[in-house]
Amino acid sequence: MTDTAARYTRQDYQTDQEVRWCPGCGDYTILASVQNFMAGLDVDKEKVVFVSGIGCAARFPYYMNTYGMHSIHGRAPAIASGIAVARPELSVWVVTGDGDSLSIGGNHLIHAMRRNVNIKILLFNNQIYGLTKGQYSPTSEVGKRTKSSPTGSIDHPFNPISLALGAEASFVARTIDMDRDHTQEMLQRAYDHDGSALIEIYQNCNVFNDKAFIQLTGREERELNRIKIEHGRPVVFGPDDEYGVVIDDGAARIVEVSAVGIDAIHVHNAQASTPAAAFALSRLSHGPYGPTPVGVFREKPRLMYEDGLQQQIHDSQADRGPGDLQALIGSTGTWTVE
Amino acid sequence: MSETSTIEPTDAEAQNVSAVAIRFAGDSGDGMQVAGTRFTEASAIFGNDLATFPNFPAEIRAPAGTLPGVSSFQVQIADRDILTAGDNPDVLVAMNPAALKANLADLAPAGTLIVNSDAFEERNLAKAGYDANPLTDGSLDAYRLLEVPMEALTKEAVKDTGLKGRGVLRSKNFFALGLMAWMFDRPHEPTLKWIDEKFGNDEAVRSGNELAFKAGYNLGETTEMFRNTFEVKPATLPPGTYTTVTGNQALAWGLVAAAQAAKLPLFYGSYPITPASDILHELAKHRNFGVRTFQAEDEIAAVGAAVGASFVGHLGVTGTSGPGLALKSETISLALILELPLLIVNVQRGGPSTGLPTKTEQSDLLMVMYGRHGESPLPIVSISTPADAFETTIEAVRIALKYMTPVILMSDGYIATSAEPWLLPDVSQLPDISVSFATETNGEDGEFLPYLRDPDTLARPWAIPGTAGLEHRVGGLEKEDKTGDVSYNPLNHEKMTILREEKIAGIANDIPEIEVDPDADADLLVLGWGSSYGPITSGIRRVRARGLKVAQVHLRYINPFPRNLDEVLRRYPKVLIPELNRGQLWRLIRSEFLVDATSYSKVQGQPFKSIEIETKIMEMLES
Ligand code: SF4
Repeated sequence: MTDTAARYTRQDYQTDQEVRWCPGCGDYTILASVQNFMAGLDVDKEKVVFVSGIGCAARFPYYMNTYGMHSIHGRAPAIASGIAVARPELSVWVVTGDGDSLSIGGNHLIHAMRRNVNIKILLFNNQIYGLTKGQYSPTSEVGKRTKSSPTGSIDHPFNPISLALGAEASFVARTIDMDRDHTQEMLQRAYDHDGSALIEIYQNCNVFNDKAFIQLTGREERELNRIKIEHGRPVVFGPDDEYGVVIDDGAARIVEVSAVGIDAIHVHNAQASTPAAAFALSRLSHGPYGPTPVGVFREKPRLMYEDGLQQQIHDSQADRGPGDLQALIGSTGTWTVE
Repeated sequence: MSETSTIEPTDAEAQNVSAVAIRFAGDSGDGMQVAGTRFTEASAIFGNDLATFPNFPAEIRAPAGTLPGVSSFQVQIADRDILTAGDNPDVLVAMNPAALKANLADLAPAGTLIVNSDAFEERNLAKAGYDANPLTDGSLDAYRLLEVPMEALTKEAVKDTGLKGRGVLRSKNFFALGLMAWMFDRPHEPTLKWIDEKFGNDEAVRSGNELAFKAGYNLGETTEMFRNTFEVKPATLPPGTYTTVTGNQALAWGLVAAAQAAKLPLFYGSYPITPASDILHELAKHRNFGVRTFQAEDEIAAVGAAVGASFVGHLGVTGTSGPGLALKSETISLALILELPLLIVNVQRGGPSTGLPTKTEQSDLLMVMYGRHGESPLPIVSISTPADAFETTIEAVRIALKYMTPVILMSDGYIATSAEPWLLPDVSQLPDISVSFATETNGEDGEFLPYLRDPDTLARPWAIPGTAGLEHRVGGLEKEDKTGDVSYNPLNHEKMTILREEKIAGIANDIPEIEVDPDADADLLVLGWGSSYGPITSGIRRVRARGLKVAQVHLRYINPFPRNLDEVLRRYPKVLIPELNRGQLWRLIRSEFLVDATSYSKVQGQPFKSIEIETKIMEMLES
């Protein structure tokens, strides 16, 4: 949160539209986190733009009293890229789901991240198609039985964090809908980052995929399974930090700290020169099963696309002056008829 | 002379002709497009009217010496106003047997044939499928054949430049160009200047090209072989400053101009596709105009980014060809229901699927008219000639902004790549097409109603991010009239569907009525659109030259049609619609107006020839 006296309240960011998610849906919690977070930001509300695709999560812009566009399936990162490139002063947010951004819109997602356009992508991962009533998604586990996979899914799922790191995203984080404080912290970190940011948010769909994240949210299980990673800190977890992660031969594995000594535990570096170690961490689990890292995997600024473009426009104008249209249309050679 | 002249070879020096068509043909690697373009440039500066027709293979490097690898460039130069590159070349330059084989059928009867005789050896002849050498078997007796050992002469000319190996023969297109420069008495300076600019940083190549060019010229001047040259006097074009422009270039400049006339930054989202890529290339050069080009990851992202740019107050444009347009279709429908301005440029090519990527066709008309889901009418504006692209582009943008709608701007491969002289407009006289962004709320209770329409245009307000108090959400779901809130109300959906339709239909009141050329008491009207303008007009001129009457209408606006089109069509007992498709405008006209028009279809990847139009018109007049 910023120190500036809050200019807005959560209500300023709410709209008069009736929120239409199923009762108990994780989307409500995320909406509250985002509205709270936004209210605390020192940014003019009219400079905020939310763009979504299609899916349950995609309703999000209707509930945010900012500029917004509920677009078409999978294309939000492309549309948001146009917005951010045209108007770099805007704060541009994409709300998407696992089907929207990892299936039909997979191409736009990876390209937005590699280009490093300044858009913040909130990927609500519920591991199911909710809006179309319960088909398996590109993050559903193998064997999952749904209406479209009555005998069990044979699709190998994506690990969204691995995918983002592979696409050379400059900011990659994971959080959980139920954990509002952590969600808001991740939002702030993404907002502060110059460049594209992907936050995977584990989001419970209580209608079609209830308790998919129970190992990370259940009162009993979460202590054992949530690995909170922090830049510059050894990766340890468990009720008494008794477990830790070591990385050898490029692979991360879980050890008892007492068995290897704290010095052998991997110290997380979100700004490492390569994303290799962050990638290894992302492979600790292939979904919310067993010990799973949450937090910022990578936060490594590099040239933003729109800055590069602005620079070229600036340089070109410094070099050649502002465009002269009359000169342009005669630039390939002219002749005169008397 | 008629549009396509046939030169009678005589022994007279400097034979004076009114118009002549020259075709340079060779292997893709032989530099024929460069030779043709340079010849065109020199002719333009000399003051001829001209029109060009580049024709190249889809493969970047088809096997050398084969028929699929043949690339050609035709240019017609004239001392008067012409409209096409000519049906049949009067002079054919063939750099190898494959080029001869692929192009000979087009050469005018008794035309002049200049061949690079060095290339007519066994291997090349076999690759081109010749059993016997056409230079010696008498099969070319009907033409005026001039054999020039261009490779040997080029080698000799560049021997002191330091050029080695294959680099030596690269200059042979300039040898051929030099020879043509002599034959048609073209000025040297433009070509030599261009060589200096283009190759200035490689002295060997620069001097090689220059020496080859001069050697070609000198060969003409000093040999007995060439006894006559052609004199094509400068055309008496209207006074003013001219340039030679291709359709893609004029379209790109039209976009820059439209953005200035609209006082908006230009955002061009595109994905490389033949034959539209040159628009992207041209725009990418002009960052100093504030132009933002965005080479997207695919066609869908290209249009998506343009929609995003439009939402935030830029002039969002995307350009593509048929296959890309198919991919963009869903996003165009989004922009349609969002009611945001957006320009979609479709440079048509032969289809379906990858089809004939480098060849021209007009077969996307029904797709742009009907090829979207739902009830989704959009304005369609069509370019007729390369130079016309500039003004028509500005007009398409005007409509998009004023009516808050995507507009489809139709071009095609022929317009895109061919060139013609263009009388440069005074850009200070461009129309002001700017619109204002919404700055205030418009509802009775102080709220902002993003779908409250202008009563005249039915356009909704354009409120862009950064404007305090006008925060609003738009989306692909059906929206309630005025508020823009999501609505599934059945009657509201019908109302909105009809409002969107009426908005587009109403544009008919804002575009000029058709003027018939000439407004004659003819029995036959020829109705066309797009790049067929040149061949149709010159075909009609041929018929009129026989003293017969034919009326002509060429459409710039296809949706909505000009408001008097119905009445105009009914003035004529017969209506002929020539198109490079299987009758797409014809179907629209019949279904819209119940007019029993006749379709004249050609789908060979090539433009119409004027003689084809003439023949068809004569058939119609005599029937
Ligand atoms: S279907 Fe699932 S994700 Fe969608 S609103 Fe209902 S609970 Fe939420």
